[in-house]
Amino acid sequence: MELLLHQIFAGLSTGGIYALMALAIVMIYQAIDQLNFAQGEMAMFSTFISWQILQWGLPYWPTFFLTVAISFAGGVAIERIVFKPLKRAPVLSHLIVFIALFAIFNSGAGFIWDYTIKSFPTPFGTKPLFGNSLISSHDAGMIAVTLLLLVLLFLFFRHTRVGLAMRATAANPESARLVGIRVDWMVALGWGMAAAIGAVAGMMIAPVVFLEPNMMLSILLYGFAGAVVGGLTSPIGAVIGGFLVGVIENLAGTFIPYVGRELKLTIALALIVAVLTVRPSGLFGNVVVTRV
Amino acid sequence: MAEHRFIPSGLRARLTQPQMLLTIGALVIAAALPFAVKNFVLFQLTLAMVYGIAILGLNLLTGFNGQFSLGHSAFFALGAYTAAIMMDRFGIAYYWTLPAAGVACLVFGFLFGLPALRLQGIYLALATFSLGVATPQILKSGPLEAWTGGVQGIVILKPDAPFGLPLSSDQWLYYLTLAVVVLMFCCAANLINSRTGRAIVAIRDNPIAARAMGIDISRYKSLTFGVSAFYTGVAGALGAIVIQFVAPDSFTFAFAIALFVGLVVGGVGSIPGALFGGLFVLFVPNIAEHVSKGLAGAVYGVILILVIYLMPSGAAGLVELIVGKLVRKTARQN
Amino acid sequence: MKSKALRLLMPALLGLALGMSSASAQKKYDPGASDTEIKIGNINPYSGPASAYGLIGKTIAAYFKKINADGGINGRKVTFISYDDAYSPPKAVEQARKLVESDEVLLIFQSLGTPSNSAIQKYMNAKKVPQLFVATGATKWGDPKNFPWTMGWQPPYQAEARIYAQYLIEKHPNAKIGILYQNDDYGKDYVKGMKDGLGAKAATMIVSEQPYETTDPTVDSQIVNLKASGADVFFNVTTPKFAAQAIKKAAEIGWKPLHLLNNVSQSVGGVLKPAGLDNSKGLLSSYYLKDATDPAWTNDQGYKDWVAFMNAYFPEGDKTSSFTVYGYTVAQTLVQVLKQCGDNLTRENVMHQAASLKDLQLGMLLPGIKINTSATDFYPIKQMQMQQFNGERWESIGPVMRGEIGGS
Repeated sequence: MELLLHQIFAGLSTGGIYALMALAIVMIYQAIDQLNFAQGEMAMFSTFISWQILQWGLPYWPTFFLTVAISFAGGVAIERIVFKPLKRAPVLSHLIVFIALFAIFNSGAGFIWDYTIKSFPTPFGTKPLFGNSLISSHDAGMIAVTLLLLVLLFLFFRHTRVGLAMRATAANPESARLVGIRVDWMVALGWGMAAAIGAVAGMMIAPVVFLEPNMMLSILLYGFAGAVVGGLTSPIGAVIGGFLVGVIENLAGTFIPYVGRELKLTIALALIVAVLTVRPSGLFGNVVVTRV
Repeated sequence: MAEHRFIPSGLRARLTQPQMLLTIGALVIAAALPFAVKNFVLFQLTLAMVYGIAILGLNLLTGFNGQFSLGHSAFFALGAYTAAIMMDRFGIAYYWTLPAAGVACLVFGFLFGLPALRLQGIYLALATFSLGVATPQILKSGPLEAWTGGVQGIVILKPDAPFGLPLSSDQWLYYLTLAVVVLMFCCAANLINSRTGRAIVAIRDNPIAARAMGIDISRYKSLTFGVSAFYTGVAGALGAIVIQFVAPDSFTFAFAIALFVGLVVGGVGSIPGALFGGLFVLFVPNIAEHVSKGLAGAVYGVILILVIYLMPSGAAGLVELIVGKLVRKTARQN
Repeated sequence: MKSKALRLLMPALLGLALGMSSASAQKKYDPGASDTEIKIGNINPYSGPASAYGLIGKTIAAYFKKINADGGINGRKVTFISYDDAYSPPKAVEQARKLVESDEVLLIFQSLGTPSNSAIQKYMNAKKVPQLFVATGATKWGDPKNFPWTMGWQPPYQAEARIYAQYLIEKHPNAKIGILYQNDDYGKDYVKGMKDGLGAKAATMIVSEQPYETTDPTVDSQIVNLKASGADVFFNVTTPKFAAQAIKKAAEIGWKPLHLLNNVSQSVGGVLKPAGLDNSKGLLSSYYLKDATDPAWTNDQGYKDWVAFMNAYFPEGDKTSSFTVYGYTVAQTLVQVLKQCGDNLTRENVMHQAASLKDLQLGMLLPGIKINTSATDFYPIKQMQMQQFNGERWESIGPVMRGEIGGS
């Protein structure tokens, strides 16, 4: 029983990582209707930038917000510079550019900061939370940050004009343009926000997994899994999906005999495919109905 | 909404005269190559052709039928391991492994295509991506270790030229692969030009209209999945024979991504484009490494972006464009 | 009469014999060697999941720059050609063929990773090109009977695991052992060595085996399971990133077992510091190279030579990572082999000289550890020194040990 409890909490801790990543993924999906395969690498690159700034002496919280701002600007810049010429290109071309960005960020980070792992500080301390051994302060802090981000996004989309404009653009770009919304800049804004969330994710994740150029690859995978399970159109769903994937993966690895430990990832992925087959738009996503 | 504006040349009923000449010329050059280049370059070209066949398989599914797949490395792996197990554990001759691998993948692809029917676009891409990611782990897993050799993989002997022909092993494999390429590419062209092919493309362009016309969408989609897997499986078996080694690490999702890149760069919906895609997948990483050891990945990424900007319809689209301009120019001059 | 003719003939015959022997002492070259140059090939992962190990290839390249600046080997410059295989076996095969058939190197040196080396082993032996000092500790590289052209360098993983098993049987015979291992060749090799070393007691002593994949983001779940199994000895078979995670997580959940760490991840700068020096106190491991971050070596000549090399030829290299010490030392071993070849730079002679290293001592090898090879012994380094981390650096404990293969 105690093992079950421990594994659930361990699952929630790793699930917190996946949930943060899933949030960034859903954010970009809302903006451009596609999955950005380079999201993880952008987050990793942002984290390296923040590490570099910390090395130069700036204290943690100023660095944190500076990095978020830089990442936001970077996301907007990428959209305006790289993707603007591709507006009319088919989806497949966009996917290739995502792959290209992945390679560029990964290789660039390795070239500038090399591949030895680096420790990254956490603002939440490393002691176990309130002395118990179930969850550490940092993991709890990370979950808190995820929920805070969720609330902020909810407020942004529901109660601000810009948020409303973004939702309109995602739902129906043509009509949005007719109402006077600058659709192009809404997409760029979406990119910026996704990049910013990614930066937060990276800075929360790095203290746990250690900073190195390849740190985000598998997390991106699990983030996709969480986003898909929860529903690509629902930020809350993505977060819940992330936690679900973390807990199920841990429980599968611990309690399914013989193959559970070796096939943890496979089980998680089989889960995605199963959910997709039964409910293609995820647990909390909106079912998209097209008019014929 | 149809996302592909590029009309594939494979849909035209017959090859036009310039295309026929081009194809024959290319075949002649290809047949003469083994006597002009070193064994090592032959090895590379053989491998590029193998990737070309795999990319053609992917093209049938994604390019012609509109079903995204980011996990075709799984079928390649299945084909490769089928060949390796048949040759190593059962001592079966290498030429039987090609059809066997193809059939195994046909079945498996069809079975995977069934639940995939419910998935569209990005969700299907994710499901196939999951398959590609899970493949190395499955290959390494305990229950299968007795067959797959686990992490150690399986070493295969390279076949020699049959009937005592005066060809080196590399030259023989090159010709074998070339023959398979010609055969399979012709079959693909026939398929696309047939009624079935038109149904497949119709499903991509406008599924609702296709269904209204009486096309059984589910049947064709799963069938296409199976055929696509067949092609990639045969490529996998050939690849295993050429490299003489299979291991889980050979078939990571990075390979699935590479196949996908080859598809788009070669030209979505273009059959000869698949060969260019294969060449790209093999040689461009080498070129990138040559340019900069430390930033090889970044150079590769930049090349990719340039290709997408300059050749949005892939290499095949570029060739079509150039040939079209030349034809119009000669027509104007006459 | 006859004797006079014989007496005339004798010097002539002698002269002829001398002439022949001096002809055989003339230069002999295989592809890749000439009067002015020796071409050495290498395959390393500079990209992909194992890109951290690319540091080794870069260190070796820098070392050959130094050798060339110092006049080369027996007057010949070294041309070091290194290709990236991204840790993918098909790419490794392609690069190996490129090196042998296109670049025509004399030998391939320090190819990295068990899968890549497994992929090219048959080819190298068929082509009779040395696959020398491969960068992996898998036990199968020391098999001169079946693969006379392949030789390892570092102590085999199984030997190291046996040393730990020996230690446990002597000092902690009633231990309950929990193992965390990477689910591939490298990890499984260690586990096998541990089980073989424990012999009949393995079944009762090992209470939990937790594998992980390199695609796992963390090993937290496995650590929780190990603690729950009641293990009081932790055999940690992980690569640097996961080793640091394991050390950190164990400390976080308050699990304080006797912690045996495999020497792939024993780097102070690369693993223990990120994991937390306090958390790493009491860790046991073993090694055969000097730790560059250990102040005890500050006045040691071998260390000073290494620092001078790094500063002059590889200043951007990470001096806190044991990979740079490793690359330096293995390159020195090859230079010794090539020096021993003299003017006979055939591939066969290269292997012969590699199998004729006697008590070779190198600057960054721990005192007491020497390199020895023979026609039947293709494991150049077999000795290791057990060490314990005192919160600042590794302290040697016990004597230099040998992990015997094939006999517990």
